Amino acid sequence: MKFYFMHLMPYADLDLSYDEKHDSAWVTLPNTYFDPKRGHQLYNRYLDELEYADQLGFDGICVNEHHSNAYGLMPIPGVMAGALARRTKNVKIAILGRALPLLNNPLTVAEEFAMVDNITGGRLIAGMVRGIGAEYHSWGVNPAFSHERFQEAHDLILQAWTQAGPSIFEGKHYNFEYVNVWPRVYQDNPHPPIWIPSQGSSETIEWAAHPDRKYTYLQTFASVSTVARYMKMYKDVAAGYGYEATEDQLGWSLPLYVAETDEIARREAREHIEAFLQKFLRMPMEMLLPPGYTSVKSMVGALSAKAGHSMKQTIDSVIEEGKFICGSPATVREKLEEYQAQIGFGHLLTLLQFGTLPAELTRKNMEIYSKEVMPYLRNVTAKKAA
Amino acid sequence: MSFTESTETITGCNVRFMRGGKGAPLLFLHGSSGAARWAPFMEKLAESYDVIVPEHPGFGASGSPEWLDGMSDLAFFYLDVIDRLGLDKVNLVGGSIGGWLAAEIAIRNETKLNSLTVVAPAGIRVKGLRKGDVFMWNAEATARNLFHDQAYAEQMLATPPSKEGLEVILKNKLTTAKLAWEPRFYNPDLHKWLHRISVPTLIVWGDDDKIVPAGYGPAWQELIPNSRLEIIENCGHLPQIEKSDRFVQLVDGFIREVTR
Repeated sequence: MKFYFMHLMPYADLDLSYDEKHDSAWVTLPNTYFDPKRGHQLYNRYLDELEYADQLGFDGICVNEHHSNAYGLMPIPGVMAGALARRTKNVKIAILGRALPLLNNPLTVAEEFAMVDNITGGRLIAGMVRGIGAEYHSWGVNPAFSHERFQEAHDLILQAWTQAGPSIFEGKHYNFEYVNVWPRVYQDNPHPPIWIPSQGSSETIEWAAHPDRKYTYLQTFASVSTVARYMKMYKDVAAGYGYEATEDQLGWSLPLYVAETDEIARREAREHIEAFLQKFLRMPMEMLLPPGYTSVKSMVGALSAKAGHSMKQTIDSVIEEGKFICGSPATVREKLEEYQAQIGFGHLLTLLQFGTLPAELTRKNMEIYSKEVMPYLRNVTAKKAA
Repeated sequence: MSFTESTETITGCNVRFMRGGKGAPLLFLHGSSGAARWAPFMEKLAESYDVIVPEHPGFGASGSPEWLDGMSDLAFFYLDVIDRLGLDKVNLVGGSIGGWLAAEIAIRNETKLNSLTVVAPAGIRVKGLRKGDVFMWNAEATARNLFHDQAYAEQMLATPPSKEGLEVILKNKLTTAKLAWEPRFYNPDLHKWLHRISVPTLIVWGDDDKIVPAGYGPAWQELIPNSRLEIIENCGHLPQIEKSDRFVQLVDGFIREVTR
């Protein structure tokens, strides 16, 4: 199993009483809540944390793309990846983004990723997503064409990376007379690894697991039972195509906090994970699921599920569901070992900074995790593989 | 209620029609909430007209054809519908995006039209005159913003939709997004060609429209040479529902006046 340090780069200095006046930390939260002086400090602190992960022996670091919100300050993740490319030496750099349908010219992604891949000598992992619903409000892009634009942008980028240029691209949303991206990708056999982060979608799994692609499916922030269900679906789809999915094709991304004891871990994490859940993730359904973002059928399901239990997420509820792993090293080891054995994922992306979690607790979390959890799990999974 | 329902396959798409009454043809083009029911204003118009109410491709019980990508497709589709039904001297009436659609049809080919009525139409942009963001509103905000008289909103909210009803609402919203998400509820080219409309045109607006503000009325009137603007007081985005008597009186009076 491989270990990644994932960052969202939230605006941790957010005035958390914003929700007395505004219904979301996304799209419409006035950007006057952002103080550039604090922003300067936060960006540099977060980049330091990502660089520190390289020194602590993580296999990779992950940056992310979201727009117009306090939840994540990386609207252009390539800027972060570029800064990290030179300051890290060993880690893979996963850009999870880019939200392809938001772009009028997806070749910018082919270029940006190829540049990072060249600078790092092949340490790039190329993420491709549709973006979350709120992004379609912020960017004005029509969500009704989200799926077709994603497919087409993907095909265009793959063509740019794998066919000798110049070539022609004839699509519905995108058309080019000269696809001829300079630089070519460094990992050109056939192209950099492609990861598909998703909140869970059978259509996405069908597509990612196809033998022509075999992309790594990355389940983001979801209960253990949901993670298990979607990863089993991936394996079943692969089996249906006549091959066996490897652990390398399955990844899980979740927030995690480990401290000296269970009690200390809960006490230290509580207010910060609850700020993440209740303040940074806060958005109405109309923002989260604009028309066309998912099928009408899934949307009816989501709306009825919401009507069923619109309860507030707390540290207890997310620990209970396994959306958040929190505890002593022994507790965290035990849970991860159990879930890994049961689900069989090969990439574990941990969000070791979340919400308002301050620098010193983030570093402590990273240190304990990398010293007391990672090596143990490396051993266990290596033995299993052998 | 004196109407019949039928489904016709036109240009590869199953379309549900409601039709009732006798007289000159009146083709009503619904807005983004569809036309599931035979409404009181349709019944009243059916006393004097052959009222034809299709559900647009992508809405309600009609099919969602592969070819539907935008308003232009829908406008050409309705020229097919007029041909297929063999209609002539049609009185075309459309509300909201249906009004926009009616104008898109008329600029393409108005030879089969007798008159045009657009009710609070989307379709053009007046800079600085912002439309309501219907995609950001929840069910309650939508109901409240649709009407001036909140009793209509209360009535709408009193009966939450069934699962099937919710599916239709989401389907209608998806097709509305397809047609109008970006650019938001307008066609950047439409205003350039509205001068081509020469059939007599009536523009109807509620003075308290929170979706397409009544300030758009004068802009439409200016762009269509042979047009008249009627503002209905104490009325929201759906005059045909909220002020149905006044609406029917205006439309009927206008059509009688322009039909020799």
